[in-house]
Amino acid sequence: MKKALCALVFALGLGAASIASAALDAALVGKLAFGDNDEKIAAIRAFVAQGEAAAAPLLTALAEGQLQTAGERVLIVGDDGAIDAVSGEKVTPLPETRDDVIANNRVRGEVANAVAALRLLAPQREVRLKAVKELETGASVALLPLVKRAREKETDAEIRSALEQIAATIEVKSDDKATRLEAIRALAASDSPGTRSLLGSILLMQQGGRYVEPDEEVRRAAEESLKAVQGRLAWGERAGLLFAGVSLGSILLLAALGLAITYGLMGVINMAHGELIMIGAYATYVVQNLVRAYAPGAFDAYLLAAIPAAFITSGLVGMALERSVIRYLYGRPLETLLATWGISLMLIQAVRTLFGAQNVQVENPSWMSGGIQLLANVVLPWNRIMIIGFAALVVIAVGLLLTRTRLGLFVRGVTQNRAMASCVGVPTARVDTWAFGLGSGVAGLAGCALSQVGNVGPDLGQAYIVDSFMVVVFGGVGQLAGTVVAALGLGFINKLLESWSGAVIAKIAVLVFIVLFIQKRPQGLFALKGRAVEA
Amino acid sequence: MERRVFLKKLAVTAAVAAAIGGSPSVYAKDTVKVGVLHSLSGTMAISETALKDVALMTFEEINANGGVMGYQIEPVVVDPASNWPLFAEKARQLITQDKVAAVFGCWTSVSRKSVLPVFEELNGLLFYPVQYEGEEISKNVFYTGAAPNQQAIPAVEYLMSKDGGGAKRWVLLGTDYVYPRTTNKILRAFLHSKGVSDADIMEEYTPFGHSDYQTIIANIKKFASEGKKTAVVSTINGDSNVPFYKELGNQGLKATDVPVVAFSVGEEELRGVDTKPLVGHLAAWNYFMSVKNPTNTEFVKKWAAYAKKKNIPGQKDKPLTNDPMEATYIGIYMWKQAVEKAKSFDVDKVTVAMGGQTFKAPDGYTIQMDAKNHHLHKPVMIGEVKSDGQFNVVWKTKGPIKAQPWSPYIPGNEAKKDEPARMAATK
Repeated sequence: MKKALCALVFALGLGAASIASAALDAALVGKLAFGDNDEKIAAIRAFVAQGEAAAAPLLTALAEGQLQTAGERVLIVGDDGAIDAVSGEKVTPLPETRDDVIANNRVRGEVANAVAALRLLAPQREVRLKAVKELETGASVALLPLVKRAREKETDAEIRSALEQIAATIEVKSDDKATRLEAIRALAASDSPGTRSLLGSILLMQQGGRYVEPDEEVRRAAEESLKAVQGRLAWGERAGLLFAGVSLGSILLLAALGLAITYGLMGVINMAHGELIMIGAYATYVVQNLVRAYAPGAFDAYLLAAIPAAFITSGLVGMALERSVIRYLYGRPLETLLATWGISLMLIQAVRTLFGAQNVQVENPSWMSGGIQLLANVVLPWNRIMIIGFAALVVIAVGLLLTRTRLGLFVRGVTQNRAMASCVGVPTARVDTWAFGLGSGVAGLAGCALSQVGNVGPDLGQAYIVDSFMVVVFGGVGQLAGTVVAALGLGFINKLLESWSGAVIAKIAVLVFIVLFIQKRPQGLFALKGRAVEA
Repeated sequence: MERRVFLKKLAVTAAVAAAIGGSPSVYAKDTVKVGVLHSLSGTMAISETALKDVALMTFEEINANGGVMGYQIEPVVVDPASNWPLFAEKARQLITQDKVAAVFGCWTSVSRKSVLPVFEELNGLLFYPVQYEGEEISKNVFYTGAAPNQQAIPAVEYLMSKDGGGAKRWVLLGTDYVYPRTTNKILRAFLHSKGVSDADIMEEYTPFGHSDYQTIIANIKKFASEGKKTAVVSTINGDSNVPFYKELGNQGLKATDVPVVAFSVGEEELRGVDTKPLVGHLAAWNYFMSVKNPTNTEFVKKWAAYAKKKNIPGQKDKPLTNDPMEATYIGIYMWKQAVEKAKSFDVDKVTVAMGGQTFKAPDGYTIQMDAKNHHLHKPVMIGEVKSDGQFNVVWKTKGPIKAQPWSPYIPGNEAKKDEPARMAATK
């Protein structure tokens, strides 16, 4: 929709004169609406060949499914009424029986290129830049004259060089050998995966061992250019892998951080940790629904309210747990394990009864959809970037809380020597409750973050409990720094293995690795020299 | 007081005994029990819950119109919780304890494989409403979803055609269990027969409930930029589809560059996904909600009214129908027709009466249960995702086509007859 509007605005700006004076060619519009896909594409190419900028809204409407036919008439039906596609006049009232004009991928691809090509001559730089990006791959021969014309007129260096690349991608298919060689060499400067595909297609072998391209000189030039492009793309792939590893690592870190407090510092084997994450995710869901119901205008900001809500809800549930069950089991790990496991089942069932067994939908706010293009072949999705940033913030906040505040001091004191802390007047029981609440609240924050990338259902926590324990144990019990390093390390190893061997094997391999590692070094990566010695 | 209760119990027992004597699967005089065996929790709940609801809607509709042969349907709903061995347990419970006349259920092939021995041992009757990989015929099962030649093969053929983009390179991506593995085996053989070499096929699997598709999409991008037009065939099942499509949209992999055709994703699975970046990705089914014909309009309207009346979460605000829901609906009505033809709830008699049943389906055709192979003749449709989460049908067969449960692309299948072996004996 936004695209269509953009096209409309642009077309008005560019061709206000032509829209008013010249109506579109009715025969071509008819072909576009009633013809089969081949005829549709022929009509689109004809519009481009005419350089008919006024056709852009019509073409966009076709791609967006807004084109309808009523008898012989062709209509563009938008949110605010319909206009006749040929004359541009408003049509009121709307005819009762209308049929959609369906454009498939092939037609839509052609439209995208055509609209982009028509925009190459637009006065605004951003519009041209976007058009150039669109045409980077798959520009058809029909566009060559237009591209050349645009190149001659272009003053901006960046767009000009992009246009040269586009011309080269078309000229690669030319009949003249000299032109082809020149085009292939020009493509060596490219960094787009589309170019690799194009150059690769020159080097393909047919069945029976013969090359598709008979000319050896052309092949050799293509090989050289391909090598240059591939070298550049390889960097993109490495960067993408690194990002994926960090992203998974940040999710593991968020999931494990709460456990690093409750298990790592306090020594409670909390099997209900996953469910505290799940409660955080459901709190996010509830806040989302409330915001949608009472302040739909502020929907994009609902996460701001959801973060404290998730923290407080999970924290309160955690504190209630500690007060009612866990405090009676300190120092009895086996009983704690069984009791918390039972509690986890109860929590799952409670959520199932409250919200239903099916997954609930937590929608991303619109600013978290899409991503930024880092390199031509690497897109970093916004939701993952946000989670990495969020994880970093939470780690810093927890770190500061434990080292810089009175509560943190008490927590560390009680962990190290409960009896002595009690002697100097620390209310150990209350500190335990607060610490457990803090760990649970951090789990709730993890749930809030996870709701943005995965599914939210009653079983959500089950998927993370094993990973969380793995991270804490691998990092070394009792150490926040160890948890951070372990989470990022495991995330990265997992992604590295996944890109080699697939997701199923990667998961197994990581578990085997952890088992072997713990055999060799039971205290984890960062070991304390002894529980009571740490300052 | 106690004596009265005792007498009552005695009477009920006698009635039950009488009913069982007459027809083994009928419980009491005026009601007949049928089972609904769909996961209402766990990874498959995203897909299966709607099937339970549409089955209940159909039962209610039949009951309102006088029931089956005058008997009111009494549904027994159980939740096997996406847990495959539990499916077998629940199936056994339905047949032996509840004495249901028929069971409507299962989505994943692994759940169907799990209950199959139970149905064959106890001579139960299962209606399976989802597309699957073939390689199976049982006299106790009626398959109302598509066999590979009614979904997978036409979809791949379409992507190879000029209109589909002329794909030459293939990514076969699926969840790691029997349906995707077998389908991909069939597709690989089919692609070989079309001259595609192994170097141009990439196969990838993820566990159930997988939620991090970053590397897989990066791999697809890389594979797609090696010189030939690439298409992805996705047999990902369950709620993994949500993170998969979210990642696909966020990473900007457009359908005009690399189209993804899915076999287990319909209107329902895309409910929670922002479909604007996904416009043009495909799904192959035998029915879409957007199909225009009077029967479908009525079906969709009925579903919307039912969802509203029963306050079904999600559906009440945005009612969606999909292919397996349609197949469930068809299956229940065909069972009713067969019971009325056989004048009995007896499994063997109903099985015989099922052959050749016809039904005017929401897909716009009067479709038929094959006389022999327990599969429906179905039309094939390929749809592209629209920005509102619905599908545009961009290609379809001229009419219903016959199912080939034994795919000719798996070696050793030539000799297998498309007729359950023990069927002949019961006729």
